[in-house]
Amino acid sequence: MITFDNVTKTYAGQTRPALRDVTVDIGKGEFVFLVGSSGSGKSTFLRLILREYKPTSGSIYVAGHDLSRLPAWRIPRLRRQVGTVFQDFRLLPGKTVSENVAFALQVIGRPAREIRQIVPQTLELVGLEDKGGRLTDELSGGEQQRVALARAFVNRPPILIADEPTGNLDPTTSVGIMKLLDRINKTGTTVIMATHDSTIVDQMRKRVIELADGELVRDQSKGVYGY
Amino acid sequence: MRHTLSETWSGLRRNVTMTIAVVVTMWVSLSLFGIGLLSAQQVDLIKGRWYDKIEVTVFLCTAATQGSNCDAGHDATDAQREVIKKTLESNPEVASVTYETKNDVFAQFKEVYKDSSILGTMTAADMQDNFRVKLKNPEEYQGVVSATQGLPGVQKVQDLRGILEPVFAWLNLARVATVGASLLLLLAAALQIGNTIRMAAFSRRRELGIMRLVGASNWFIVLPFLLESLAAALAGAVLACGTLAALEQFVIIGKAQPAIQTVRWIGWDNIGLTVLAVVAVAVVLSTIPTLIATRRYLRV
Repeated sequence: MITFDNVTKTYAGQTRPALRDVTVDIGKGEFVFLVGSSGSGKSTFLRLILREYKPTSGSIYVAGHDLSRLPAWRIPRLRRQVGTVFQDFRLLPGKTVSENVAFALQVIGRPAREIRQIVPQTLELVGLEDKGGRLTDELSGGEQQRVALARAFVNRPPILIADEPTGNLDPTTSVGIMKLLDRINKTGTTVIMATHDSTIVDQMRKRVIELADGELVRDQSKGVYGY
Repeated sequence: MRHTLSETWSGLRRNVTMTIAVVVTMWVSLSLFGIGLLSAQQVDLIKGRWYDKIEVTVFLCTAATQGSNCDAGHDATDAQREVIKKTLESNPEVASVTYETKNDVFAQFKEVYKDSSILGTMTAADMQDNFRVKLKNPEEYQGVVSATQGLPGVQKVQDLRGILEPVFAWLNLARVATVGASLLLLLAAALQIGNTIRMAAFSRRRELGIMRLVGASNWFIVLPFLLESLAAALAGAVLACGTLAALEQFVIIGKAQPAIQTVRWIGWDNIGLTVLAVVAVAVVLSTIPTLIATRRYLRV
């Protein structure tokens, strides 16, 4: 599903590469934790998957697309296959929960009739079925992250990327979010989650990929956060 | 589509004062531009009509007039008249030559000034015999003028074109000034639109970022802005076209046509052409600045 082949990325004006010669293969339906200290290259890794940048060298394949050969106009189409969830939720301000989730369907041109059906179903999946009409600003952090997950998942993308999704949440709420991610993963979605949260990683015992100074130092199935 | 339209509407409402400013600027500059185009068409109409009538008039000496080729106190002689007539008729640029006597001229004079007090002060003797020369090509009057100017018996050679030329020169100047001023205003309007859209995009940058993240195509992202600026520009264009139509109805048809009937005035077909040009300019002037202003938000 995602393949990094000797990928190096150096940002303009920097001497030290953010990612150095990373080779990794992530299969369909896997759940992968991406761990490492700040500056280790986790965000760069995820941004490269989203084609926000091009690698300085090496090739990346995402859902069958060779990213180096992808013309700019096809990038939106790629992004529709990769759902994203962030630490700061990234919801549209001043809009309701339903409107936020519907947005992902509107941009791909799904008719209003279909949207009216799909959005409530997805909200039920994330446990927000009676909060559809609430403004997102009125919700708690945990609820907002669920809305973000609903939006990321509503198009049933093959891949879901989560960049520190529990970073702004308390431990109990974080567990709820992780359960949700696990359920999404069980439907066959490949999940890659960058995190600092050692408790979660240790609890879930999934594949762990560790980056340090841009290099891949550990790739362990059923791994823990640190040695 | 519904999302696009609702975004467009909210964008227009979000900053009503800026939208109004754009509409007004467009209105004024497009009106001026339209007036410039109409003046150009009007000048062409006048030229077209009058250039047929361009004549060179060769005035002959009389007892009352003075000239370098005249014998003072004497009319031009018949021999001199013959020479002048032959010179004119043999000139290849001349289409026709008509001779008018003092009495012919006086009869016309009485007709034109019949209500005026001048009539009492003039007699036939005050008029001049003349040859009216129609040219094959009104532009080629110089040859005829220089051929006859020095002939004995010729008091003065007057060409109407020499009189009209300055008028046309001023009309052209007015037209160029109007169009020039309108182009400057249109440039300001375009910059204003670019600025408005840039500010709108900046204030919506979070949403635009999320749109890109979620996989919205560039077209989907830009369309509301395009429609927003197009709506404002077309509103200004409609007002400008209304102004031009009012100009035609109340100024041209209402006042100018009855007042000066000898001139052929611009009509609704001219207005129609100008309206097309105005709308085209409005579309271009709103689309291009918008595309430029939103470019940085479309970069993947």
